[in-house]
Amino acid sequence: MFKKILIANRGEIAVRIARTAKQMGLTTVAVYSDADKYGRHVKMCDEAVYLGGSLASESYLRMDKILSACRRMGVDCVHPGYGFLSENTKFAQALDEAGIAFIGPNSDVIRLMGDKIMANRAAKEAGVPTVPGHWDSIPNPEAAVEIAAGIGFPVMLKAAAGGGGKGIRIAHDEAEVRDAFRMATSEARSAFGDERVFIEKFIEDPRHIEIQILADKHGNVFHLSERECSIQRRHQKVIEEAPSPFLDAATRRDMGERAVALARSAGYDSAGTVEFIADQRRNYYFLEMNTRLQVEHSVTEFTHDIDLVEWMIRIANGERLTLDQSQIQPRGWAIESRIYAEDPNRKFMPSTGRLVRYREPEESQDVRVDTGVYEGGEISMFYDPMIAKVTTWGRDRDAAVALMRRSLDEFYIVGVHHNIAFLTALMANPRFLQGRLSTNFIAEEYPDGFSPAPIESADIDAIVAVSILMHLRYLYRAKEVSGQMPGYGRKIVPDWVVSVNGTHYPIRVEQFVGRGSEEGFDVTREGHLLAIRSDWQVGEPVLRCTINAEPQRFKVERAGLGYRLFHMGADVKVMVYTTQIAELAKKMPERKPPDMSQYLLSPMPGLLQSLAVEEGERVDTGDELAIIQAMKMENILRAVRPGRVIKLHAEPGATLSAGQIILEFEQNEVPAEA
Amino acid sequence: MREIVEALEEKRALARLGGGQNRIDAQHKRGKLTARERIDVLFDPDSFEEWDMFVEHRCIDFGMEKTQIPGDGVVTGYGTVNGRPVFVFSQDFTVFGGSLSEAHAEKIAKIMDTAMKIGAPVVGLNDSGGARIQEGVASLAGYATVFARNVDASGVIPQISVIMGPCAGGAVYSPALTDFIFMVKEESHMYVTGPDVVRTVTHEEIDHEGLGGASAHTVKSGVADLAFENDVEAMLYVRRLLNFLPSSNKVPPPVRPNFDSIERVEMSLDTLIPENPNAPYDMKELIVKVVDEELFFEIKPDYAGNIITGFGRMNGQTVGIVANQPMVLAGCLDIDASVKAARFVRFCDCFNIPIITFVDVPGFLPGVNQEHGGIIRHGAKLLFAYTEATVPKVTVITRKSYGGAYDVMGSKHMRADVNFAWPTAEIAVMGPKGAVEIIFRSELGDADKIAERTEAYKGKFANPFAAGRRGFIDDVIHPHSTRRRICKALTMLRNKSVVLPQRKHPNPPL
Repeated sequence: MFKKILIANRGEIAVRIARTAKQMGLTTVAVYSDADKYGRHVKMCDEAVYLGGSLASESYLRMDKILSACRRMGVDCVHPGYGFLSENTKFAQALDEAGIAFIGPNSDVIRLMGDKIMANRAAKEAGVPTVPGHWDSIPNPEAAVEIAAGIGFPVMLKAAAGGGGKGIRIAHDEAEVRDAFRMATSEARSAFGDERVFIEKFIEDPRHIEIQILADKHGNVFHLSERECSIQRRHQKVIEEAPSPFLDAATRRDMGERAVALARSAGYDSAGTVEFIADQRRNYYFLEMNTRLQVEHSVTEFTHDIDLVEWMIRIANGERLTLDQSQIQPRGWAIESRIYAEDPNRKFMPSTGRLVRYREPEESQDVRVDTGVYEGGEISMFYDPMIAKVTTWGRDRDAAVALMRRSLDEFYIVGVHHNIAFLTALMANPRFLQGRLSTNFIAEEYPDGFSPAPIESADIDAIVAVSILMHLRYLYRAKEVSGQMPGYGRKIVPDWVVSVNGTHYPIRVEQFVGRGSEEGFDVTREGHLLAIRSDWQVGEPVLRCTINAEPQRFKVERAGLGYRLFHMGADVKVMVYTTQIAELAKKMPERKPPDMSQYLLSPMPGLLQSLAVEEGERVDTGDELAIIQAMKMENILRAVRPGRVIKLHAEPGATLSAGQIILEFEQNEVPAEA
Repeated sequence: MREIVEALEEKRALARLGGGQNRIDAQHKRGKLTARERIDVLFDPDSFEEWDMFVEHRCIDFGMEKTQIPGDGVVTGYGTVNGRPVFVFSQDFTVFGGSLSEAHAEKIAKIMDTAMKIGAPVVGLNDSGGARIQEGVASLAGYATVFARNVDASGVIPQISVIMGPCAGGAVYSPALTDFIFMVKEESHMYVTGPDVVRTVTHEEIDHEGLGGASAHTVKSGVADLAFENDVEAMLYVRRLLNFLPSSNKVPPPVRPNFDSIERVEMSLDTLIPENPNAPYDMKELIVKVVDEELFFEIKPDYAGNIITGFGRMNGQTVGIVANQPMVLAGCLDIDASVKAARFVRFCDCFNIPIITFVDVPGFLPGVNQEHGGIIRHGAKLLFAYTEATVPKVTVITRKSYGGAYDVMGSKHMRADVNFAWPTAEIAVMGPKGAVEIIFRSELGDADKIAERTEAYKGKFANPFAAGRRGFIDDVIHPHSTRRRICKALTMLRNKSVVLPQRKHPNPPL
């Protein structure tokens, strides 16, 4: 067996690999960049080697530095994780030449699968259905029309050198093909310097389904069934699950067998994933094969009770697979959610910053949390903004989803924007619960972007009960303060009003004396009883309770005079008043937030790269006003209506916070309402 | 007998109605509560005892003798806030516009006298058109009666003023003499002379809100401490502030049960200080993570943001916190920050509230405005306040502590009791670059040599150990253990007693 492993990665995957390697008795070596000096993966490994600057190109992508680290530390194997050098043929080869085992497939198969055209051909030859298309360059629009007609509409035109959605056009008829061809060609030329364009069938409402493969160096191959990863945003997966709610037994078997055939014919010898795209009639087509461990491997590990990293290491060591396909049967349902530092309310813009608070749900038999971050750490702009991934298992899909909702409610993250509320809302989305997924799911379900879930009327009861419990716990504590007038202590009245986002809910409360988690209150609202019991103590961020014997969890915090509750994707502000004060509070005027329409505000934190206007200048709707650089992207701010700039409030080069005033327009006379 | 009882109830009902239903409705229409409604929010349910409901004015000029409203425009008495006694006067705008008559002032003086005798805070709810002009000099004397009480009570009982309507002319000086001023946005104004006079005299155009509104005083002038959205919010926040304060200077600050372990460590504080010594970080994160349950009541949050002042609790007991804020002006001390912190430190010292100081200060803010504005005099106030304070003082230096500002910010030399430094602390006359440029002026042309000298300086002074060698700090502590170490130090200091030299009173710079 190997003695010492170097993990050529960072973050959660490095931590995850180190966990298994340690269990197997290997000495672990981490690598790190400037930004990761105090990284969780560095702390976790036995030894660590500094690579260089925070940019990946100065550290995690520096093959030479990693190789010399391997030699210096005397490691006998390297796990590349995902991303970075994980699918780099040269890296695998160089390690091979240095006599160090690369924990992954052989470099030939990495090269084969890394080339879109060759991989597609290999799939076809192995009997795997591929997306109908034309994979040679196309000379002119007429040829494009002919090819498109042969494939059948709609079709997709794709730049040969493309990626990330650039240079992709969709055409539904011949005329559209002609236009699309011209545009895709010119776009491809300007974006990639390579004007070659391919055509393939456009799959409408596609679902992303992939098969996990495990193969050894002795010709044994089997698959560990499928994962569905259709829930994506910005072409990145957000939620993955196994099995797929879409496949029937026959399709499942068929897909698995074909994936195995491809792996066998290609000489695959590690863990790998064959990705398919499926249409809504269960026709499926080969997309690509990933020759590495996937982010979402955890769901398969749950349903098959297997450690894929362990097997990758064993296979690299030349060991044989001890199982065959007939012995492999998935068990239950697993779902993974990726917690990202991003703002779902702002088109999922990445968010960076210090993790002022980070608490995760407790792990158990059925809940797993993978993360590379820690409280007090930084979500930097240099790497993937994933904070953590949480995987839950249940006997069936509903159980896994329910556990996911509860687990998401237990995250406590302060300092960066995150998508917990969004993920929680997804877990309650009716279409998601029915399993009617597609890669357009998020775009279709949240066309105007995501906003926190509205409060269901059924939840009002729970919110009211939790709010009064918190308030009274604080009150009973306040009652204990020193220096009171003896005999004239604070009276606690039975009648209260809980104001939820401004709506008043009157209640009557009676204390219920119990022990520990049986302590609580009997709350009467509109004639029905809410018996809330909890051992929550003032100050705790997560409140676990039972309401009418049903267990519930809330994230809670004090906010000004009231409280803020997060529950099932809803974000609620509450105030608790005595009935008397509630009446007076109703009399208070609503203060409108100041009108900021004459200001241009920075929509995000970033650097003011340039200002396109000067004081006194007139602008029209759509004119460029300023460019803000954030997350290495240039964001152009344009005028939303005509006006005159009267003052610049920030200079180019200034660091802007979100909501900071950049410039000011002349205040228009608002015409009096008729 | 029964008739007399009925007469009593009638008289009470009349008093409760103040200036009548129409005026009450007008008050509500303006989004304001009445004097009595405010008291209802302020005090524990059913705890208010009203005094002097039957007081009437004694003016017989200008036909005033024909208008008598029991209570005469101010509601006074006492009640409890979480069981602790608090006195209140609440001016009733529905009665003669809340204007201050001789009798009105006597009512205020009466509750203040009693509050002083028993040692309980006074809360003044100001909503008054000003002096009762019909009473002439008697009204002015009334103001002075209150001013004198305010001065006598200063440092004896906490005094809190809430401005909930107009407060102009001489009337402003009663709140100004108290410890804290709260204002309600858009409905309260404070100024010595109003917009009309300003326009006539200086030709400056400004409205009430711009001249003396909540924002003018909490952001620009620093006259007021906090601004609130409405009456209910303001009253509930007064309760919250009172929860932190001792009833008088004769008793220790209140203690309440604490569920937050004094042993709690915060590993994330180990990474609070950025790698780059010039990068800012949020000092409030440290404050919030050190105090009980992350509850920090900030005073003057919108004024002189380069210094943070406010109350928290450690193991259930009130502490005052003063901290430089590297996110604003790099945490430099300037005129406003010095005065803000000095006043806060003196309040804490009056009322036996231990002072915790978190230091990251690169020095005093340079500039002509600062010098000509009197930073010497104003900076000296803070120096004076820290030195004079005899309450337990614990100081933690997190990063920079340079020059005279080091001395000022609760240093050992200014008689702090326990001084800690984080390993990232740099205690020196100035930063490495500036120091080397002065000490090695002759080598300035030689970049390599200067770099070498800078490194050497950093090794010598850019750490807490140079100060540690001289005993100027008591220990270098791990950031994660800050709460634990402070809690222990405060417990050790509980019985601290210092005898000051005999004198009438000191003469601090003003």
